[in-house]
Amino acid sequence: MIALIVISIGILFNLFGCIGLLRLPDVYNRLQAATKCVTLGCCSILAGVLIHFGFTEAGIKALIAVPLLFFSSTVAAHALIRGTYHFGVKMSDKSVKDDYKDVEK
Amino acid sequence: MNTWLEILLYVQIALSGLCLYRIIRGPTIPDRMVAIDIFGILVVGVCAIISIDTGKSFILDIGIAWIILSFIGTLTLAKYLSGKKLNE
Repeated sequence: MIALIVISIGILFNLFGCIGLLRLPDVYNRLQAATKCVTLGCCSILAGVLIHFGFTEAGIKALIAVPLLFFSSTVAAHALIRGTYHFGVKMSDKSVKDDYKDVEK
Repeated sequence: MNTWLEILLYVQIALSGLCLYRIIRGPTIPDRMVAIDIFGILVVGVCAIISIDTGKSFILDIGIAWIILSFIGTLTLAKYLSGKKLNE
């Protein structure tokens, strides 16, 4: 029962992340909304798997997958958004500040 | 209890479908890459829910392999976007 509640919370986070991926105006906003929410949501689902199975074979696999997912997705998002900036994608019109432009010079 | 789990599984698959919408529609190339990255993370959640539903543990292995392959693929695409060769 507790496992189902934790999984439901995770899927709620995934839903918010996907809404952000669809609705926000430019690629930077989309990535920062989607990556954080979806990473936390899937870590929560894997935690639900750990609670459901306990410390058996499947539970240990879920426990291994959590830090792997956490670190790999954040590092990949950072590299991807840096490449996007170098690729030359413009920010949306409503953006007010671009600090990275001064760092690059 | 099991019915609720199946509803959650279908919701998660539908969210992956929303990512496919962004992959098809995305106005620029980086939009599509971001959506592919998010899709790879969502599939891991699908694998985890299926492993509870069927009670088999090897499906989580598929999820772990998918995490690693998605990581390497996204790093390669990021290198391609910033205009560098793969050994720089």
